[in-house]
Amino acid sequence: MLKEREKKLKIYLTSRDACFTKRKEGVLDEEVLLLTQQLLSSNPDFATLWNYRREILLHLETVRSEDEIQRLYEEELSFLEACLKVNPKSYGSWHHRGWVSTRLPRPDWARELSLCERCLSLDDRNFHCWDYRRMVVRVSGVPVDQELQFTDRLIGSNFSNYSSWHYRSTLLPLLHPGSPEAASPQREPPTSSACSSPSTSPQTHSHRVCEEQLLKEYELVQNAFFTDPNDQSAWFYYRWLLGRAEREEMISCVYVSREGERVVVAFSRPVNALSVGLLLVVDGQPQQVNWRSAHPRLRHSPMWICDLPPGTISDTSNEHNLTVHWTERHTHRDCALYTGRSESWCRDSATDLELFRSELSVEKSSVLQSELQSCTQLLELEPQNKWCLLTIILLMRALDPLGYEKETLAYFQTLKEVDSMRTSYYSDLCSKFMIENTILKMEYAEVRVFSLCEKNLSTLCHLDQLLLVTHINLSSNQLLGLPPQFAMLQCLEVLQADDNAIENLEGVYHLSKLEEVSLRNNNITQLSDLKILTTCPRLARLDLRGNPITQIANIQSQLAELLPSITELLL
Amino acid sequence: MAADNLPTEFDVVILGTGLSESVIAAACARVGQRVLHVDRRSYYAANWASFTFNGLLSWIDDNKQGGQSPEEVLDWSGKVESGEDILPLSTMDTSISNLEVFCYTSEEPEEDEEEKKEDATPISTLSPAPQSEGEEGNQATSPTDNRRNHEGETTLDILSESPPEQQDQEECAPLAEDQQILSSDGEPQGEEQLSGSAPTQAKKKKISYTKIVKEGRRFNIDLVSKLMYSRGLLVDLLIKSNVSRYAEFKNVSRILTYRQGKVEQVPCSRADVFGSKELTVVEKRMLMKFLTFCLDYEQHPEEYQDFTERSFWEFLQNNMLTENLQHFVLHSIAMVPRETHTEEGLRSTQHFLRSLGRYGNTPFLFPIYGLGEIPQCFCRMCAVFGGIYCLRHSVQCLVLDKESGRCKAVIDTCGQRISCSHFVVEDGYIREEQRKGVEHKHISRAVLITDGLLLQSESEQQISLVTVPPLEPGAPAVRLVELCSSTMTCMPGTYLVHLTCPSSGSAREDLQPVVSRLFTKPASAGEEGDGSDERPAVLWAVYFNMRDSTAADRSGYDLPGNVHVCSGPDAALGSDHSIRLAQEVFRQLAPHEEFCPPAPNPEDIVYDGDGGQGEGAGFSEAAQAEEGAAEEAEESKEKEASQESSPVEVGEMPDPPPAPLAEE
Repeated sequence: MLKEREKKLKIYLTSRDACFTKRKEGVLDEEVLLLTQQLLSSNPDFATLWNYRREILLHLETVRSEDEIQRLYEEELSFLEACLKVNPKSYGSWHHRGWVSTRLPRPDWARELSLCERCLSLDDRNFHCWDYRRMVVRVSGVPVDQELQFTDRLIGSNFSNYSSWHYRSTLLPLLHPGSPEAASPQREPPTSSACSSPSTSPQTHSHRVCEEQLLKEYELVQNAFFTDPNDQSAWFYYRWLLGRAEREEMISCVYVSREGERVVVAFSRPVNALSVGLLLVVDGQPQQVNWRSAHPRLRHSPMWICDLPPGTISDTSNEHNLTVHWTERHTHRDCALYTGRSESWCRDSATDLELFRSELSVEKSSVLQSELQSCTQLLELEPQNKWCLLTIILLMRALDPLGYEKETLAYFQTLKEVDSMRTSYYSDLCSKFMIENTILKMEYAEVRVFSLCEKNLSTLCHLDQLLLVTHINLSSNQLLGLPPQFAMLQCLEVLQADDNAIENLEGVYHLSKLEEVSLRNNNITQLSDLKILTTCPRLARLDLRGNPITQIANIQSQLAELLPSITELLL
Repeated sequence: MAADNLPTEFDVVILGTGLSESVIAAACARVGQRVLHVDRRSYYAANWASFTFNGLLSWIDDNKQGGQSPEEVLDWSGKVESGEDILPLSTMDTSISNLEVFCYTSEEPEEDEEEKKEDATPISTLSPAPQSEGEEGNQATSPTDNRRNHEGETTLDILSESPPEQQDQEECAPLAEDQQILSSDGEPQGEEQLSGSAPTQAKKKKISYTKIVKEGRRFNIDLVSKLMYSRGLLVDLLIKSNVSRYAEFKNVSRILTYRQGKVEQVPCSRADVFGSKELTVVEKRMLMKFLTFCLDYEQHPEEYQDFTERSFWEFLQNNMLTENLQHFVLHSIAMVPRETHTEEGLRSTQHFLRSLGRYGNTPFLFPIYGLGEIPQCFCRMCAVFGGIYCLRHSVQCLVLDKESGRCKAVIDTCGQRISCSHFVVEDGYIREEQRKGVEHKHISRAVLITDGLLLQSESEQQISLVTVPPLEPGAPAVRLVELCSSTMTCMPGTYLVHLTCPSSGSAREDLQPVVSRLFTKPASAGEEGDGSDERPAVLWAVYFNMRDSTAADRSGYDLPGNVHVCSGPDAALGSDHSIRLAQEVFRQLAPHEEFCPPAPNPEDIVYDGDGGQGEGAGFSEAAQAEEGAAEEAEESKEKEASQESSPVEVGEMPDPPPAPLAEE
């Protein structure tokens, strides 16, 4: 046996060397085609030989008649089928097949589709074949409904298949588009802002599916996750079904500060303002300004800041009208700074935008309610199932984030127990939801105070929504630092973050109104950790009691030297 | 090989070409032993054989005459030396009894209404009592019977002369000729010739008996009905030994059951459960949960330890399974009687589930052209490695060494003395005197040719296993296997239905109640329009009992130590018993040799001298191995088979799909 293998290897190597020699010599004839064919049929993953073959075929195209070319390429396709039998996941073979199909004078797409069908029946997760098939479908224009039936069939034979589910998610909106009006009620114009803006729907509908079809899909996917609740592909599809809302790209807020002579613009998603064509017009005059993000580390940011040329708006006796144009998106937002006011803003708030529901669309709540019931039923049968727990949390968020807060926290606790490997992920997700809830509460109360103590926060997010906040209390959580995004709290005056594990103050950066910082019982160890505070000119009170840094000798004098503006230092 | 000119010395002489004997033959030849393999029958595979329709008729005839006619007892004293004894073998095959044939379809070539039979006429009834085998000969013969015999024989004159492979080769040509003659006569028109490709409308188009006989070669009717568990011993052996390359297989496509008066599909795989319209989502969850548990029930003894002394049935009831789920698990998945102990039930369920998903959505494979292919595949392997074959040839007696009591040689039917160190023999050749009170069981069998599927579906090509729980307490559970024409076992437009159960009475007594519930008779002239009865009609049926000799173990025979007895088929669905037996016998024959190691792949063989060092001299088309000629015969089959949906190749797939119940 060994001897036989050695012999085969020797023949193989001889042929390979012959091929390389011929290529060097620039031989492009059918004899070499045969030679490479013999090599490739025993080893179809030989990219160089496929390239050589394409060179030869391209050459032959120039010297042969169309019928001969057709025949040549058809033979090539048959040969490729043999290669795919050797290795159904050969990159080289599939790529070459795609190439041949596009060169073929009279392609036979039906044959290609049936080839894919056969391949997928052997291995329904062969992504090479999926890729190739998508190409064939695109070029040959297979009707969408036929393709949907195709996914029906594949999902029916094995629903553990991301490719099929995903394909379905691209087909459904084409075949059963939802009507844009149905799901997104118009909101009242914002009341808390100094001026109103044209209220546009926050969601676009390009990926929506009509409700009737949606109900069928819910049923289908429920069958899948009741059959096998541990299969994640069905759960992922379910999440897609529940949450297809997309946020419209827009300017969500314009804030202007008279004394700081500064304009802050917030966007619905992170952008790079330097490249999106942002234009500021003050009292009809376009301004030459330099946009900067809230923190130099944020190159894409939902918030951009510019300083106005001195004197543009500093006179309190005048009213000024500002407009920010986002030329790339043909959208803009106005903001009026009235006489005597020191600051002004114009925005859509988180509550206006139903912002935190965007993960799950605002479907008719009766539908979501019945989905919640099914999942709760499944949870009774499978109390340990993490996918089910997580989906219940998401459904509750979509239905009534504040009303279900208590249950949500309890389910998070269970999740951390049954899926301990992902405890941190769940902590972060829970933190996010808690922050969202607190933002909602703050908006409803129409205050600029954000307080979130003792909520086990492990991370901070949605900080762009806190632009107007003047007082923040994050005490008694598990924060390790204040990230760069924290610099988006442009109106912040008082920061309380006692009893965390903060060792990093990166985000306390150029907060021009910040006066008081309390960081008792944290993990600040070095003087250099506090250097960032020098960017906050008004900082007068700093509480560092209970931090390792207090053990450093001469710390008081060193701090006084570093931060001369501080009048009250507690160590 | 010419029977009267055999070599006189072998390591192993094997008598009988059933599954166990054939596997032993292949295993011995594979490790270099000299094997002589003979069978007194004219066909391979003994009671495992598959017949064309006409072949089956002739088999029925033979068995009606009480097995093979007794051969003339020769005087073999001249062959025996002093110090030797003679041990004669049986010349009668008495393994088949209670043969009954029924024809329900028109006997006439044309659809002649007057001739149509409303009721089944027992055409030949042989020994109604199970015990009195093969004594009464042709008692109940009717005129029609005579004619059938005549028809059967004329065709068989040719067939029985040729070994099975050649039959297949001949298949195409004469058939086409027949059709030409037919159409020139202006009898059955157009559609008949197309029947191979176009699905015939079975319900509307009547299929006459004449047509069945004419298309008889399209049938491959198994004497025993078994399926192959995808992870059973047989499939493993086929893969390991590379014998699988001699055959092709199809997945059983559905598991059905008979419940509350109707046939319904059993959701057993993950895909079935997912797709089921009958189960609620909660039932789906409960069933999947239970099945997942069964897959590795040994790991969770706490779940069933309270039930070890109680029945599986009670255990199921205690597991929050609804009544329909209990039925599915007990009858169709575990396939055990209610009183089975919990652990055995769990084991059976596990066996079923482990085979699921290896090749398809059910745990079972069926060999194209019938089960009879499988022993033949092993015979072919044996022949490839030098084994010598001789059909219609038998051993009359064993020559025993008086001193050691061992078998030294055998004397064949030509009176030739052939020495051997081991003798392997099928149970049916052993005389009653050598059995020490071995009580044989029996299998009740029925084979039906029907005109439609038991459960309609989108596709007419379905292979179904149907479990029918006991219709009344004490009755046996009956197993049906329904084969479609793409398995190459029946003509297009018909289905072949095999019924099997352990016997409690004659085959007809055991099985008729099930047949009459599930099937109807062909509608006669006036009834045509009445569509209320959707059951398929039986066109033709045969009932018989087959001896199940698997109960006997070695100690049950009074035979020399180097004579090894192989039992015939058992009533089980799988073939594990026969494979295990073959393995045990082989271990006694060749204690230090591997059992059926992989035969070298023809592609791995490089021959000296050819395929020089020149440019690309064909390593890809390495010469086909030695059995070129044998494969040619196979090719004609393959071509036909490949026109249908592609058959399953048994082997480890390069990238197997996930186990159906496992987490992704």
